[in-house]
Amino acid sequence: MSSETTIDEKSSETVETKPEIAKKEITPVVEPKFEKSLAEKVVSKFGTIVTIGFIKPNRIRINAKKENILDVATFIRDELNFDHAESVTGVDYPKSKEIEVVYHLGSYTEPQLAKQVLTLATRVPREDIPNPGHDSTRMPSLRDVFYSVEFHERECFEMLGVYFDGHPDNRRLLLPEDWADIPPFRKDFGIKGR
Amino acid sequence: MQKELISSHATNVFLGKLGDVLIKAIDKPLGYALNWGRLWSLWPVHIETACCSVEFGAASGPRYDVERFGIIEAFGSLRQCDLVVVQGTITRKMAPRLRMVYDQMPDPKYVIAMGACAITGGLYFDSYNVLPGIDGVIPVDVYVPGCPPRPETLIQGCMLLQEKIKRMKVR
Amino acid sequence: MITPLPPGIQLEKVDDRIMTLNVGPQHPGSGHMRLIIKVDGDYIVSCDPDPGYVHRGEEKMAEYRNYIQNIPHLERPVIHDSCNILYPYCLAVEDLLGLEVPERAKYIRVIASELNRCVYTLYWLAIYGIFLGHSTMFMWPVGDREFCIDLLEAMSGARVTHAYFVPGGVRNDLPANFEERCLRQIDYFEKRLKQYEDIFYQNPVLKQRTEGTGVLSRMDAIRLGTTGSVLRSAGVDFDVRKKEPYDVYDNLDFQTQVLKEGDSYARSRVPYLDMLESCRIIKDALKKMPKSGSVRTKLKPNPKGGNDEVYRRVESGRGSLGMYVVSDGKPEPYRVKISVGSFRNLICMPYLLKGEKLGNMPAVYWSLNYWPVEADR
Ligand code: SF4
Repeated sequence: MSSETTIDEKSSETVETKPEIAKKEITPVVEPKFEKSLAEKVVSKFGTIVTIGFIKPNRIRINAKKENILDVATFIRDELNFDHAESVTGVDYPKSKEIEVVYHLGSYTEPQLAKQVLTLATRVPREDIPNPGHDSTRMPSLRDVFYSVEFHERECFEMLGVYFDGHPDNRRLLLPEDWADIPPFRKDFGIKGR
Repeated sequence: MQKELISSHATNVFLGKLGDVLIKAIDKPLGYALNWGRLWSLWPVHIETACCSVEFGAASGPRYDVERFGIIEAFGSLRQCDLVVVQGTITRKMAPRLRMVYDQMPDPKYVIAMGACAITGGLYFDSYNVLPGIDGVIPVDVYVPGCPPRPETLIQGCMLLQEKIKRMKVR
Repeated sequence: MITPLPPGIQLEKVDDRIMTLNVGPQHPGSGHMRLIIKVDGDYIVSCDPDPGYVHRGEEKMAEYRNYIQNIPHLERPVIHDSCNILYPYCLAVEDLLGLEVPERAKYIRVIASELNRCVYTLYWLAIYGIFLGHSTMFMWPVGDREFCIDLLEAMSGARVTHAYFVPGGVRNDLPANFEERCLRQIDYFEKRLKQYEDIFYQNPVLKQRTEGTGVLSRMDAIRLGTTGSVLRSAGVDFDVRKKEPYDVYDNLDFQTQVLKEGDSYARSRVPYLDMLESCRIIKDALKKMPKSGSVRTKLKPNPKGGNDEVYRRVESGRGSLGMYVVSDGKPEPYRVKISVGSFRNLICMPYLLKGEKLGNMPAVYWSLNYWPVEADR
């Protein structure tokens, strides 16, 4: 109740923050050393197969082709010591007819890596009329490399229709058993009234 | 001799009429007694459907304590329960289960729809997996609005339900 | 003629020795989910979790609302931990929009987040208590929780759904006399927590039921990618607040709580020790907080992010909670992914329940600090 009055008093202070925003835009240009060395290790092993998406403080993004994803992931686990996956996300890009599958990898064993999150991304083809499990939207499963992706990949399969070859149990997880529509997280699946 | 005088058909009609008269005579006091019994022993089913169950838990805690009003949160079997408090969102996967729970309960049974989600879909009006209210699944007696309703609101909803039961005709 | 089954549906073979039990979604021993358990006599042979009863499509809905409109519905997965689930979202959006948070707002955020952790953990402890048949442990935490809720209500105006954090700070300043009230409350709360120790954690019956059940080894905890109290009770020292400090956690004084046993008892004890740490953090933050100043950087209406993506994480009541926000230059995010601790710990369930006695199922299941609504999103 009494706090409501304090909001208006504070509203005039927005001008001060502007120079700080400008400062912040410059900082990411200087790539942090440790993250860069990690990324370079991957690049020196695989050459042109992988590309580096970005290097920010504590965050690295590595893009790989889906044919090589198993090799890249095994290298990341064995040589860079990332040992678990935090999440598996699918992002739909209907314009380029691709679905991006993003793995966020972290490490518990290596104290130096505790604050790093490595983003491993790959793209799989997307079909306009999806038939989950029976079309070309598929990629090798990383379950044998990172055991922890099991449920995340199941979720990704039902939400975006990306079939993971070699996953032991590609069943439905969250959606109702009688779901007969296209996978809901695709961009062409509209929701009510929007 | 007497058997011929009173035919079995006439006896049946007479007994039937007498029964009607008797039931009419004791309907009010008996109904009142039955309803009074139901009133103070509402047992909710332990079915949590979404986040409103947090406030339901708080309502049975020491500060709000719905047990004062005869709503006993017991972890029993649903065959002994007579109240469903639908605690929030009903998704498409949950709706058949909710109906199944409702069908298994003995009569008489009452339903409280708790939270905006159970009433109209609430915040999730445009979600692809949420039902727009539970009226299509089970009949509702009392709606308790809020997102989530405060425990006081839930208690008031329960008291409204008791008021309703008091005036209900006994079947 | 046998028609081929549609993909995803298989027929099961029935074994007359093995019995299948459906625990949930209406069951006193389960939350809003179903565990399909196969038992051989009294022992669990296999367990197949079936979540999704509260899947509400939060991530899809987020694509249709702008950055500010997303706040209220993103906190619904865990309404009793709503500050912590909004925390990574706000951090991510601040990174996307290049916002700077005022110093005082950072401290207020820490205090709200720690209070909310207590609220969450007390509710979880209450449910854990009643599932083990310990009614006192339901009443005490639910009662003490109300005092923490009162503090948060004074800060934000709502009982559980605070929507207190916004990109750029917090919604409003602390009310008058908040510091005194909070300190008094925390002192009382610390005293109460000591009593919990006596009545619950040193209770021989509880110890018999939980010690040595559902043991998770250190290597498995890492391999399965668990997080939060499950991970820390298995001897891995990982807390996002320490390892990747966000806001002002790097100059506050606290310790990570780690236990080695990895059984249900240790898993239920780590959140309790965390609550004691939370009290320390709140006291420290109240001391170090600037006494006045702005609490919110004003945003332009309908802010737009660049072509960028951000992944930020915080330590919530259930472990590390990450938000992955992809933006394509529009006022709405292109994709939001919530990576939650409950969903990550779900994988432990089939693993831990196998070979356990059926009667130990609630003790193991709820010790995982699992909140089904959050796992389903
Ligand atoms: S009404 Fe609000 S609190 Fe209740 S289930 Fe719906 S979203 Fe959750």
